[in-house]
Amino acid sequence: MKKTGSQILLECLQLEGVETIFGYPGGTVINLYNDLMDTPINHILTRHEQAAVHAADAYARSTGKVGVALATSGPGATNTVTGIATAHMDSTPMVIITGQVPTPLIGNDAFQEADIIGITRPITKHNYLVRDVKDLARIVKQAFHIARTGRPGPVLIDLPKDVQVASTTFSYPDTVEMRGYKPTITPNPRQLDKAVEMILAARKPVLYVGGGATLSDVDKELMALAEAIQAPVTTTLMGMSSFPRRHPLSLGMLGMHGTFYANMAVTNSDLLIALGARFDDRVTGKIATFAPNAKIIHVDVDPTSIKKNVRVDLPVVGVLPKVLPGLLERLQKNAAALERVVAASQPWRDQVDEWKEQHPMAYKNTKTTIKPQYVIEKLCELTADDAIITTEVGQHQMWTAQFYDFSVPRTFITSGGLGTMGFGLPAALGAQVAFTGRQVIDISGDGSFQMNSQELATLVQYRLPVKIVILNNNFLGMVRQWQQLFFDKRYSQTCMELPIDFIKLAQAYGAEGFRATKPEEVEKVLRQGLETPGPVIMEFKVAREENVLPMVPAGAGLNEMVLAS
Amino acid sequence: MRHTISILVENEFGVLPRVSGLFSGRGFNIESLSVAPTLDETISRMTIVTYGDDRILEQITKQLNKLVDVIKVIDFTDQPFVEREMAMVKITADMQTRAEILRIVDIFRANVVDVTPRSYSIEVTGAPGKVDAMIELLRPMGLKEIVRSGPIVLGRGPKAWKNED
Repeated sequence: MKKTGSQILLECLQLEGVETIFGYPGGTVINLYNDLMDTPINHILTRHEQAAVHAADAYARSTGKVGVALATSGPGATNTVTGIATAHMDSTPMVIITGQVPTPLIGNDAFQEADIIGITRPITKHNYLVRDVKDLARIVKQAFHIARTGRPGPVLIDLPKDVQVASTTFSYPDTVEMRGYKPTITPNPRQLDKAVEMILAARKPVLYVGGGATLSDVDKELMALAEAIQAPVTTTLMGMSSFPRRHPLSLGMLGMHGTFYANMAVTNSDLLIALGARFDDRVTGKIATFAPNAKIIHVDVDPTSIKKNVRVDLPVVGVLPKVLPGLLERLQKNAAALERVVAASQPWRDQVDEWKEQHPMAYKNTKTTIKPQYVIEKLCELTADDAIITTEVGQHQMWTAQFYDFSVPRTFITSGGLGTMGFGLPAALGAQVAFTGRQVIDISGDGSFQMNSQELATLVQYRLPVKIVILNNNFLGMVRQWQQLFFDKRYSQTCMELPIDFIKLAQAYGAEGFRATKPEEVEKVLRQGLETPGPVIMEFKVAREENVLPMVPAGAGLNEMVLAS
Repeated sequence: MRHTISILVENEFGVLPRVSGLFSGRGFNIESLSVAPTLDETISRMTIVTYGDDRILEQITKQLNKLVDVIKVIDFTDQPFVEREMAMVKITADMQTRAEILRIVDIFRANVVDVTPRSYSIEVTGAPGKVDAMIELLRPMGLKEIVRSGPIVLGRGPKAWKNED
């Protein structure tokens, strides 16, 4: 039986197991939206296409499935760009579908035409312009395959209106054949042997865990490896929820706003084992003084990540679900040697514990003004372990990384690579759609919140009980902090001079709002907010010029941390 | 260091900007680029001349391999190859210079492909150094226009680079 392009697309989505999509209709996807009504696919109508992409991104990050977003051509498509770039930098598996003007009009500056293929080429893992309906099923099959395999990422399909209307015989391919796309999944056994030799020769090992661990759900294997070799574990922002913060081997986050002891451990290590991490500049600080005495093993599915920023002694290309069991198996065969190594590295762990005692993560609390760190600590106390936390970008994001003790994988959803303000609220929306029964909380600043606050409407419309914590300092705090520390306190355009009544804003959308202005009100407002059904804003008027510390100034080494103001 | 890279790509719409965009987006240099279909018409072969140290070349090769439409990347740095470039040159040719120009054409085994009372158009093929040398000799005689194809390369020996290798 013949089907139209839009019917074929929707059929393919269902065959790929897609239950929910996020989107916004428009002229060139009107056929698609018409046929959508005849499918069981759940569609969430956001208030902006950027939010649809962030929501689909967080849906993917929280579930491990491929997120799907849908937008119209021209402005609809260009509004997805920040969302796609965010997903690309953090390797989220996604398929974004955009409408396009009819093929005969492409290139004619038609109404709502934009070359979204050209625009998104550098920010997608791959993209497709469908020019013939006969190619559509194959392209959708390939798009999902590319999105979820290897190093995951967003794939965009641009679907012209006439291709949606054209019809052809539908058959969905069983397999994918792409001679140019064959990611290395299984690591070379020789490399694993060498890695084990290096582990058994090390006396000061550190595991450095990135978003690859989160994406591939290897928290158990990671725990097994850390405990087997008794190596301290530091995570990046993206790897954070893959290793429980309260575990004795946890060092928390490393890098610019990482813990003192994580940075000292990396700097003094003799073996750094990078697992699904990419040595971002916020992690390494000055390259010349990064882990100067360490041999580096770099495990990554993406060969381009290896030796991009730092020298590597042993590259291992493959996925963590294959690499980690391979390492563990080899270590078990060397049980006696391993036991000796673990004993020999005891002084190293003692040294790390000493650093932990010297400079634990801390802040100075007061009775007069609310400290943002205090709000996060309290929130962590009051939420369930499996609560999903999203953030925007800035000081509140770093305080969350520093003071919220994550223990369950995929519970921390934040824009790490691109650093997208306005990500957190739509991300919370997407995660709540995926997990209706779990607590989902967006930790936000007053600046970031206003970048996508229109999504309050979506939360209320779909009865999504997302809780929003706004740490309000009336500043673009992170930039203000840099201006204070490096630009003589010249606060150029970082003061948000107009005070917004966030409680009234919540009420305008039909949500609830509570405010705390004094430290003694913090716990009460948090409890009240968390217990109130439906979407809630909790606004905390926090110390205005509080800084995120410790800090490695830009261009300095990890061992040159500023510990206090 | 100068490197010549051959890239086998899907002969499809929009592949060229993926490759050229990768170079510009990541700050790699393209000195020259030539592209045409191969024996297997579903595959095109690009030849790119680029500059960079070992670290940059490793990144270029890896990043190219990561593109879905790229089937194979061959860096000819460490293997013997034959390199050829074509140039077409338009030159002022008057009574005084015509004979000398023809002598140079002869020495370089070039061809005159168009003649007018005041000009010659000359075609020359060879290693880029040979093309450079001829252009330098012709320059004082009144060069009007130069078009160069950019080099293409072929590995020496019986082994052929195809999709399956």
